[in-house]
Amino acid sequence: MSLPFHLQVEKRLEDPPRWLPVATSVGAIVLAFLISGVILLLIGGDPVKTFQYFYNAAFGSWGALSDVIVKATPLLLIGLGCGIAFRMKLWNIGAEGQFFIGAFCASLVPLVPLMNMETTPRAVVLLVMALFGMIGGALYGFIPGFLKAKFNVSEIISTLMLNYVAVFWNNYWIYGIFSDAGFQMTKMFPKNAWLPRLADLAQQNRAFSGITLHLGVVFGLVAAVILTHIINHSRWGYEITLIGDNPKAAEYAGIDIKRNIILVFMLSGALAGLAGMSEVSGVVHRLQERISTNYGFSGVIVAWLAKLNPLATILVSFLFGALIVAGREIQPSGLYFLIQGTILFLVISSDVLLRYRIRFVRTSSEAA
Amino acid sequence: MNLEIILRSGLSTGTILIFAAIGEILTELSGIQNLGVEGMMLVGAMAAFKTSLATGNPWIGLLVGIAAGGLLSLAHAVVTIHFQADQVVSGLSLTFLGTGLALVLGEGLTGQNAPLIPNFTIPLLSQIPWVGRVFFSDLNLLVYIGYLFIPIAWWYINKTRPGLHLRAVGEKPAAADSLGVSVYGTRYLYTFIGGCLAGLAGSSISIAISPGWYSSQTTSGQGWIAVALVIFAQWNPLRAALGGYLFGMLRRFMLDLQGPMILFGAPNPFFYNHNLAFFLQMTPFLLTIIALVLGSAASRRQRIGAPAALGVPYVRGERD
Repeated sequence: MSLPFHLQVEKRLEDPPRWLPVATSVGAIVLAFLISGVILLLIGGDPVKTFQYFYNAAFGSWGALSDVIVKATPLLLIGLGCGIAFRMKLWNIGAEGQFFIGAFCASLVPLVPLMNMETTPRAVVLLVMALFGMIGGALYGFIPGFLKAKFNVSEIISTLMLNYVAVFWNNYWIYGIFSDAGFQMTKMFPKNAWLPRLADLAQQNRAFSGITLHLGVVFGLVAAVILTHIINHSRWGYEITLIGDNPKAAEYAGIDIKRNIILVFMLSGALAGLAGMSEVSGVVHRLQERISTNYGFSGVIVAWLAKLNPLATILVSFLFGALIVAGREIQPSGLYFLIQGTILFLVISSDVLLRYRIRFVRTSSEAA
Repeated sequence: MNLEIILRSGLSTGTILIFAAIGEILTELSGIQNLGVEGMMLVGAMAAFKTSLATGNPWIGLLVGIAAGGLLSLAHAVVTIHFQADQVVSGLSLTFLGTGLALVLGEGLTGQNAPLIPNFTIPLLSQIPWVGRVFFSDLNLLVYIGYLFIPIAWWYINKTRPGLHLRAVGEKPAAADSLGVSVYGTRYLYTFIGGCLAGLAGSSISIAISPGWYSSQTTSGQGWIAVALVIFAQWNPLRAALGGYLFGMLRRFMLDLQGPMILFGAPNPFFYNHNLAFFLQMTPFLLTIIALVLGSAASRRQRIGAPAALGVPYVRGERD
């Protein structure tokens, strides 16, 4: 070999340095934008203009920023739910369905109505709606968990199929029983069932007028803190991580794996269901068919990009919220998926750097 | 409602699923699970449609569609085989990537009419009473290719030497390696072939069986059904074919149920309340889950399982 050195790939024996996972994730995101830019260029677009527009659409004003956080909220909750399931190597791809069922159950409260919407205090209504959303999502997560634990049915397939079922189920109610004068949406919820928005404070502070940011984001932040605590400081969190890393060892340690499969699936579903509640109560204020722009699947990516870390999920969902907000505005519309897919691909490829290291080895010293 | 129409519709739409499912069977037998079928199908459908539109020749379109699916699958192959990334996550990101690519490159194709792969009536065979009329006349050429492809795939997997190598790599890669079968090479090859077949499945939607480009609605989740079909089929192409045709028929049957005013001698509830049709639409997906429950019980009884090394990266010299 004529080069004075060659590359040698070897397995890491010790843990990678702490900065490396962060560096690879950031690098992957930057590279994904570059690659998408090249593709844009190839099909005759102007990447610089597009990305400038992208940036302005997402961060150009307080209103835009608030939109980003609004979009990030369901991603955060779903990403947290997916993250905890993925820790156990449970592939919950069904957050989309759990989200829809959560939205449906929460909507029952104002639509049936299950309580007197005039006299019940707003806080009580919202609390009951949030509970209904979580219970709905948890029950819908129970199905694939149970099928996996009891019959060893692939949760990937069952959750995917249940996604379709949930959409049709919701449509039955939206187009039929709860339809607002034949329109493909229910009638608007009474104000008591709306999550408070910053815009509600516009009378006190003019700066808030038109700002759609709602309380749902607090659900997400609280959930992230609770999950961090569960994972790092609780016995249950330890069991989940152990089952994911080494199911055999977990079994020898006497951990009930089947029970945990069901429980974690229900927790994962409950978080997605809460996201559904937050969307209908905080954003659209009614139940309709299009309440999700692929949140369920984006949540998978958010969770993975955050390396299943709840606090990192906050940051990543913010980024993806920006992608969604900007993606609405730009053409071609598929660019959003393209960037998402590329980011994830690069992230999982770069994981190899965490397991292996590449060393420059001087050829001459080896020969000596 | 007409049995012949349901059968023929099942044969046509089933063909799409069967191409994709058998492709995924081949990939999974080598030990690689590729959940990106939906994305590869969509890219295949877009590429085939766009090429057929540009060249005026649907056969060139078909070839490009196949190649596009295969090329996309190589991304999954590199990441999972060489970088040992998690196959589930990689497959999912392939779906996103494929969907994104197809939507970006497929801008402006909606509403266009591309030249299509023609329907065809097979001489002689179509003369057989009833059978000829149902199975061999005026179906798309790709449906007949599907008829031939199913037994060939089964024979290849179970009766040939390369088929044996394929199964060995998926069951015991270390043993296959020690006998001089290239594990990486085999996995690359069959991931690629699986991608090509997903591309073929996508092409057979857009330029043959239900022609047109309707952005992500073109495949409308059929890639996921194909993945489910693989498990239902227990990695056997013949069972995949049965499942694919049945699923196609079931969908058509559910559609037909909404038509008549009188159903089995009673007023048809689906005719008088259109919203009940949503329950009909969810039935195939629910049945898929039920089929999986029954299927996994059966395969446990008969001790047929997934390929032993499915989803496990192979590193030479490492114990599993």
